[in-house]
Amino acid sequence: MDFELLTNILFATLRTGTPLILIALGEMVCEKSGVLNLGQEGMVLMGAALGFIAAVVTGHAGLGIIAAILAGMMMSVLFAFLAVTLVSNQVATGLALTIFGTGLSGFLGAGYVGMAIEGIAPFPIPFLSDIPVIGKVLFSHDPLVYFSWLMFGLIFWCFRSTRLGLTIRAVGENPEAANAIGIPVMKVRYGAILFGGAMAGLAGAYLSLVYTPMWSEGMAAGRGWIALALVVFASWKAERILLGAYLFGAASIMHLVLQGLGFEASPNLLAMLPYGATIIVLVVIASDAAKAKLNTPLALGQPYRPQV
Amino acid sequence: MNQIELYNITKRYPGCIANQAVELKVGTGEIHALLGENGAGKSTLMKIIYGVVKPDEGVVRWEDEIISVKGPSHARDLGIGMVFQHFSLFETLTVAENIALSLPKAESASMDILKQRIIEVSEHYGMKLDPNRHVHSLSIGEQQRVEIVRCLLQDVKLLILDEPTSVLTPQEVETLFKTLRILSTEGCSILFISHKLDEVRALCDQATILKAGKVSGHCIPKDTTTEELARLMVGDDTPLTEDYKKAEGDHTFLTISDLSYESDDPFACTLKNISLEVKAGEILGIAGVAGNGQEELLNLISGEDTSNKKTVLFDGKAVGHLTPEKRRILGLGFVPEERLGRGAVPNMSLQENGLLTGYQGELTANGLIKTNKVKDFAHRIIDRFNVKSSGIDAQAKSLSGGNLQKYIIGREILQNPKLLVCSHPTWGVDIGAAILIRHELIKLRDEGCSVLVVSEDIDELYSISDRICAICDGEISPIAPTHDVSINQLGMWMAGDFTFIQDSKEAE
Repeated sequence: MDFELLTNILFATLRTGTPLILIALGEMVCEKSGVLNLGQEGMVLMGAALGFIAAVVTGHAGLGIIAAILAGMMMSVLFAFLAVTLVSNQVATGLALTIFGTGLSGFLGAGYVGMAIEGIAPFPIPFLSDIPVIGKVLFSHDPLVYFSWLMFGLIFWCFRSTRLGLTIRAVGENPEAANAIGIPVMKVRYGAILFGGAMAGLAGAYLSLVYTPMWSEGMAAGRGWIALALVVFASWKAERILLGAYLFGAASIMHLVLQGLGFEASPNLLAMLPYGATIIVLVVIASDAAKAKLNTPLALGQPYRPQV
Repeated sequence: MNQIELYNITKRYPGCIANQAVELKVGTGEIHALLGENGAGKSTLMKIIYGVVKPDEGVVRWEDEIISVKGPSHARDLGIGMVFQHFSLFETLTVAENIALSLPKAESASMDILKQRIIEVSEHYGMKLDPNRHVHSLSIGEQQRVEIVRCLLQDVKLLILDEPTSVLTPQEVETLFKTLRILSTEGCSILFISHKLDEVRALCDQATILKAGKVSGHCIPKDTTTEELARLMVGDDTPLTEDYKKAEGDHTFLTISDLSYESDDPFACTLKNISLEVKAGEILGIAGVAGNGQEELLNLISGEDTSNKKTVLFDGKAVGHLTPEKRRILGLGFVPEERLGRGAVPNMSLQENGLLTGYQGELTANGLIKTNKVKDFAHRIIDRFNVKSSGIDAQAKSLSGGNLQKYIIGREILQNPKLLVCSHPTWGVDIGAAILIRHELIKLRDEGCSVLVVSEDIDELYSISDRICAICDGEISPIAPTHDVSINQLGMWMAGDFTFIQDSKEAE
């Protein structure tokens, strides 16, 4: 394998992993507050569709990104209203949100299928991108890749050493106790869900404006679900989400590369590679049950009803 | 000036009135006891003061100003701290993190300074705490310290403790009382909720007694006898002193012979050659410090663990290898130590919990549940055992400990067992309920049932047992009629000295 190919594989790995990182980080914050939102796929699709439409209509990809974030947040407000305010079942509500988002995005985007736009251009970082190999792999990306690193850093720091992170964890572990010491449980959960929605919407924009600048129905292709699994297998740790997402990216690229190289195996089997590899690696990492328990939000999925 | 005054507080829940026109005044620096049986409305009243629950009617005066507590954080701003019976701690966070969460932002900005303060405060009040440990690794007593230190760090003027001693060892109780006395001399008012009369008399300056949601009296505990306090709690119609006639059983129902058992669990106790008999129409009491093999022995009798076929006999029939279900058919009733989770399913209703062990009798037919009979069964338990609940559809976990215990014991007794095995029948249960439970056990004995009681409460064992023994380190002491065994003798047995001084005079 020559050097050029390796550089390209690594470059593509980071690009493929980015939407997963965005979705999974958002979902992780949401789950840390004790809310299981299975509506990721729907929120991503709405973000992708509305982001693309806004970019076509206004002619600005940047406005598309903002529209996508708003679309994700609108969807998550709906979820939060049902699951937090009305205390509905989180699993059922999340599934409904995915079905709703899939349908609505297909409907709204129907007139835009096949249109081409100018996506968001890469933004090589001056000087750094001139470094051989590393410059190409790490510093020649579009702004959203850098943004995903920024969000990773912020979230890692937030849960490690800020009061906000502590508050979110407290709400996710024991909402009754959190309420008893005066934490506004509802507000924290609303905030976490909205953040998750914004990140999912942004991931949608990444798909329809950066990764493949076009819209097609159901283009999230299950990334919302993979991100959900990633959060669990990463034991709610930001650094493992990063690792898992890139691992998935690498395996996705490898299956294309292997086919390109004429590797003798069923393409269907190779297409399974990313899913299998990611899950196996993360399961092995998370196999220390006692430690994993320390990270699991204990009240995950449990509706919280304040006492009156 | 009083620190806090409550007037005419009323709180209604569907199916019951938790508080009715309650009045309460606590002076500055006063340790005030709130006494009452389980379900008398103590906890609800405390939650109202702390803002967790809103009263339907009534006035709260705090430092001579009428206020309405909007919520726990408002209460804490006022200077009200509360230590709940079930701690509001986050197990996966460290001590310092737990405490930081409940402090104003400015005070918890630097973890290092906060840790230093935690160490200082906890040492000042004689409660050692390591701020870096995770809460789940602390003992119950230490977790309670975290709760208290958390309140102390916020300049608390009124500290509310909801049955703080029910989870502590005697040594830990002493430490807690020392801390509370220091606090009181520093001008902090304390509301101490309890149903343990001795503790209230040892600690508190004033007491308000609640009964069925209403104030039934005030007193100065130090000048009041335990009997008078108990009378105020349970009312006039319940007899306080119990004097039961001892009985001698006739034929042997339960026989355990040469039972040895070694568990896979490294923390379990190994049983060594246990032999005992329980006759029909007698109560055998087994005393002992927790963890000396009681749990293992009871599991082997109930069938949750099995043993060699012939080591356990019911009425001469070998049952050592049988499952709990088959043993129940042969006449076993079992009241385990843990009420929630083993005695009852927390999230199921009372009638469903009744069906759980009663299903072999007339409650089912051909694999179908007879709904009316199940309801009737639940009603019968509630009526006969005076279970306070919102009805047969109340979830088991919504009942107070004493009421749930009455329900579980009632469920077993109404099935007319031939052998009833009870573990800690009145643990954590208030006086009224405890008297009722003991009374029912005696009645069951008189009807010819064999009763085996395991308890740490020695007074209780002396009161109800016809024969008594102790278990220590997996071995059973000699078994003798209760009136032949002095307290000293039993104490020796509990400590593992199995010599038997058979001198009934010494037992007097």
